[in-house]
Amino acid sequence: MTITEKILAAHCGLEEVKAGDLINARVDLVLSNDITGPVAIKEFRKLGVKKVFDRTKIAMLPDHFAPNKDIKSAQQCKELREFAKEQDLTHYYEVGKVGIEHCFLPEQGIVGPGELIIGADSHTCTYGALGAFSTGVGSTDVAAAMATGEIWLRVPSTIKVNIVGQPSNPWVSGKDVILALIGKIGVDGARYQSLEFVGEGLKHLSMDSRLTICNMAIEAGAKNGIIAVDEITKEYLKGRYHKPLIIYESDEDAVYDREIEIDLSTLKPQVAFPHAPSNTRDIDNVGEVVIDQVVIGSCTNGRIEDMRIAAQILKGKRVDPYLRLIVIPGTQDVYKQCIEEGILDIIIDAGGVVSPPTCGPCLGGYMGVLAKGERALSTTNRNFVGRMGHPESEVYLANPAIAAASAITGKISSPEEVE
Amino acid sequence: MAKYVGKVWIVGDDVDTDLIIAARYLNDSSEDFLKEHCLEDVIPDFHNKIAKGDILVAGKNFGCGSSREHAPVAIKATGISCVVAESFARIFYRNAINIGLPIFTAPEAVKAISQGEEIVVDSEEGYVEQVKTGQKYEAEKFPSFIQEIIEAGNLLNYVQRRVQKND
Ligand code: SF4
Repeated sequence: MTITEKILAAHCGLEEVKAGDLINARVDLVLSNDITGPVAIKEFRKLGVKKVFDRTKIAMLPDHFAPNKDIKSAQQCKELREFAKEQDLTHYYEVGKVGIEHCFLPEQGIVGPGELIIGADSHTCTYGALGAFSTGVGSTDVAAAMATGEIWLRVPSTIKVNIVGQPSNPWVSGKDVILALIGKIGVDGARYQSLEFVGEGLKHLSMDSRLTICNMAIEAGAKNGIIAVDEITKEYLKGRYHKPLIIYESDEDAVYDREIEIDLSTLKPQVAFPHAPSNTRDIDNVGEVVIDQVVIGSCTNGRIEDMRIAAQILKGKRVDPYLRLIVIPGTQDVYKQCIEEGILDIIIDAGGVVSPPTCGPCLGGYMGVLAKGERALSTTNRNFVGRMGHPESEVYLANPAIAAASAITGKISSPEEVE
Repeated sequence: MAKYVGKVWIVGDDVDTDLIIAARYLNDSSEDFLKEHCLEDVIPDFHNKIAKGDILVAGKNFGCGSSREHAPVAIKATGISCVVAESFARIFYRNAINIGLPIFTAPEAVKAISQGEEIVVDSEEGYVEQVKTGQKYEAEKFPSFIQEIIEAGNLLNYVQRRVQKND
C-alpha cells in the first residue's frame, strides 16, 4: 500500500484499502474558517445534535476576512466565536493569536504524521508535508464530521513524483517544484488523486518548502499531497508536536498510477501567468511584465523562510516608487520572528507595508485588492480571473525571491537583476 | 430517481469557484445573495437570464479551486436543475452531492450539445439525450453509497438518519 492507503486503512479499521474503495473514515481534526465555518455551523444545527463529537478535535480559525474587514465579515467571525465558546473548542484562536490556518496548525504542532485531517478549505492538503493524510472538503462535510467524527472518502490512486538532483539555481524553492509540476500535468492533472513526493532531492527541500509543495497539490486537482517523514520532518516536529509519531512508508510493491520526475538541478524559478497556475514559464522566458503590486504571504509562502528570503533581497534597496509591496507574515510567531531578526525593518525601510496575519488579498478580500487593469505578482497560489480583485486585473504567481526582486524593479525580475 | 428536462447553458473548461461565486461575495452565505452573483463574470446577469429547470453544461474540471460550498449552493439557488460536465473537480463534486445539486459526468454529451438546445438527463438510466435528434450519450452513474446520499436529499439527511439510528 502507499502511505495514503495505509493512513486511510488505519482510520476505517481495515487491514487494507485500495484506490477506488469508498470508506467511512475516522477523523483526527476537523477544520473550518470564518468563510466556511458559519455555513458548517448552520448545517450542524440542522442535525439537531447538541455537542460536537470531540471538542479537542475541532479547529475553527478566523483568518480569511479577519481582523474583520466589514460588518458582514464581523458577523461571520462572531458566529464562529460564539460556536467555539458554546462548544468549548480547544482549537479556537482569536485575532491576535491566530494566523493563516495552514501556516498556524503545523507551526503550533496541532497536526502531525499519520493523522487524518479534513478541512473546509481546499488548501488543507498542506499538512501532507508532515506525513499526514489531509484534504479539503465542503462545509456540509465538516458539519457531518463535527457531529459524527467521520467522513466519507474515496481512496485515491497515487501519482509518484520523484524529486531528483540538487538545485543549481540559488533561488529555487518548494514553490518552483510545485509550479513546475502543475505546469507539466495541468490544473486537473492529478484530479481525485494523491501526489506522493519521493526521492533523494527531498533532502534539499526544507520543511517550509515542503509545506508549500503540498499546499498547492490542490492546484493540480489532487485530493492530497504527501511526503514521508524523514529527519527534516522530525527536526521540525521536535518541541512542537507532543503526540507519539505515527510514521508510515509506502511499500515496495505499492501501486502507482504513474510516475513523474522533477530534476532540481535544471529547475529555474517559475512564474505562472494569468489565469491558471499551470500557465508557467521559466523566469528567463518571462519577458517584460510591468506590475503594480507585489504580495508576499499566504498559506503558500507566509512562513519564516519566505520572509527571510524576501528580506535578503530587499535589504538596503528601495521598492519601485509606483509599486505597492505588501508583506503578510502567516502567523503571529512568524511576525514576531521577523521583528527579532530585523526583517520588518528591512521591509519598511525598503518602502513596503506589513500586515497582520490574514488571507486578505490572496482571495481579493482586502488589504491589497486590485483595480481594473492592474497587475500583481504574488507568492499566493491562485491566479484565476478576478482572484485578487477586479475581473480584468491580473495575478502572476512566483516564489518570494522573485517577488522581492520584482518589487524593486517594478517588473517581473530575477534576484540577479537587483544585485 | 429523477429525469431533468431543460434548456442548456454552456460554459467552458476549468470554470473555477472564483468564477462561480467570487470571493468578494463570501461575506454573506444567504442563497438569495449568492444567486445574484452566480457566474456573473462568465455570463453577466446569469440568474435573470435562465429559467427554472435549465441545465448547466460545462467542460472539464468544473468547479476547480476553493472548497467553498457557496459555489454549488449559488448554482442551485439560481434554479439550475442539474450540471452536466466533461469532468468535475473533486471538492466541488462532493459539495454538490452533499448539498443536493445533481451533477453528471458525460464527456461525449458535452462535446455534442450546443447552447440553447433542450436536453433530458436521466439519472437512473444514466444517459443524456438531445431532444431534437433523440441522440443519447452515456452519463456516469454514482456508486451506490453516494446514491444513498442523493436519495436522502443531501448528506445531512443521510447523516441524521444514521445519528438517529445510533441514539
Ligand atoms: S491564504 Fe489564500 S489560499 Fe491560503 S487559506 Fe487564505 S485565502 Fe485560502
